[in-house]
Amino acid sequence: MSSITASDQASAKATPKAKVIQPAWVRALHWTNAFAMVLMIMSGWKIYNASPLFDFTFSDSITLGGWLGGALLWHFAAMWLLMVNGLIYLALGLATGRFRKKLLPITPEGVLADTKAALTGKLSHEDLTKYNYVQKLLYAGIIVVGILIVLSGLAIWKPVQLQYLTAMFGGYEAARYVHFFCMAAIVAFMVVHVVLALLVPKSLRAMIIGR
Amino acid sequence: MGRLRNLLIPGVDKTLLLKDAVKTMPDLTRRRFISGGASLGALTLLTGCDVTDQFSAEEMLKQVSKFNDGVQAWMFNPDALAPTFPESAITKPFPFNAYYSLDEAPEIEAKDWKLEVRGLVENKKSWTLEELYKLPQVKQVTRHICVEGWSAIGSWTGTPLRDFLQIVGADTRAKYVWFQCADKDGYNSPLDMRSALHAQTQMTFKFGDEILPRAYGFPMKIRVPTKLGFKNPKYVISMEVTNDYKGGFWEDQGYNSFSGS
Repeated sequence: MSSITASDQASAKATPKAKVIQPAWVRALHWTNAFAMVLMIMSGWKIYNASPLFDFTFSDSITLGGWLGGALLWHFAAMWLLMVNGLIYLALGLATGRFRKKLLPITPEGVLADTKAALTGKLSHEDLTKYNYVQKLLYAGIIVVGILIVLSGLAIWKPVQLQYLTAMFGGYEAARYVHFFCMAAIVAFMVVHVVLALLVPKSLRAMIIGR
Repeated sequence: MGRLRNLLIPGVDKTLLLKDAVKTMPDLTRRRFISGGASLGALTLLTGCDVTDQFSAEEMLKQVSKFNDGVQAWMFNPDALAPTFPESAITKPFPFNAYYSLDEAPEIEAKDWKLEVRGLVENKKSWTLEELYKLPQVKQVTRHICVEGWSAIGSWTGTPLRDFLQIVGADTRAKYVWFQCADKDGYNSPLDMRSALHAQTQMTFKFGDEILPRAYGFPMKIRVPTKLGFKNPKYVISMEVTNDYKGGFWEDQGYNSFSGS
């Protein structure tokens, strides 16, 4: 009997608190979103190449679809995955209070203080369940950009049927630029996001196994 | 964790118990392989592909594109007009765009040309340009949006297609109006009937108040401001009212068939 008690205590020490940092629904939606985003961005670059807004095109080696028609098929298929997944995320984020608890409040003082701490290497990653102010700002910001990229995409896709939406973006041509800059913001976010996840591997583990 | 601990039998070493349990389990990798294969098969069934075919992304994308045709038909509001613009907004020069250069564009002699009318119509007579020019015309300044992404505002003048369909006694319950063109390699494109009957869908004879130049589709183009540019055929030589989906030059290569704006 005594051996049981001893091993029980040992295992209790080995896993101090099996606290779930990222619940299963967040993880499932996160990776689905990541997959859909990569498909949307790579096919989107191929579509951009057909009529570039700026003086550059994306290398074919990092695009999806092979030609404009193929890229459009991918883009208009992956959009359903992105939109349905995104809507579930917004609904659950609001319903469970996750957005409110994790992302609010965002104060300018908090953001300034944590930016300073981050740049001087003094930002704590002890408790992964709590986001620092820089994280709060970026995560809230990327949700807004995510909503904008879907809306500007719809405005480009349906400038007649959804003409009021298109007009809100300043017309068809302006909506293309909004769509492009939202993509640029998401790609920039992804680069920082992935680098930081690799620098703090336990945050990556939490997004895979939850703890 | 607490609930798990309650399940354990007192007096039994947990580590040993776990080792025994693992031995009785089937090979995990084999299980994964089988379940993976089963779900792929299920997906093939769901998407309606031939089960004997290898699962292909291409087939799935085609099915989604058909689904998107349905979604767009559902979104299409026959009363929603494409935004119109002042003459000052017209793009100059309006771009020439085709899968060939301007030198290769069809050169049609007005006197040799006739519009052939076929299919589910009461009057199958062919129309000369002179006859067509006598029909009432309206002007529209709308945005042409190319599948490539660029857009340009143009001024098109001609006869509303729905007026012409009425004149020839077309069965407007048919599904499509299918256009054939004089472009090299034989351009053609189907137009769904609801879009064909839209107030702004036009048999165009003039661009910018001038007779339609060769670059923009002389002698006649079909202007559909609720569709992408490739669904606006130029150098039209025949129209057929039909219930059959006859495909199209670009549609057959993978551009979405509805391609509504």
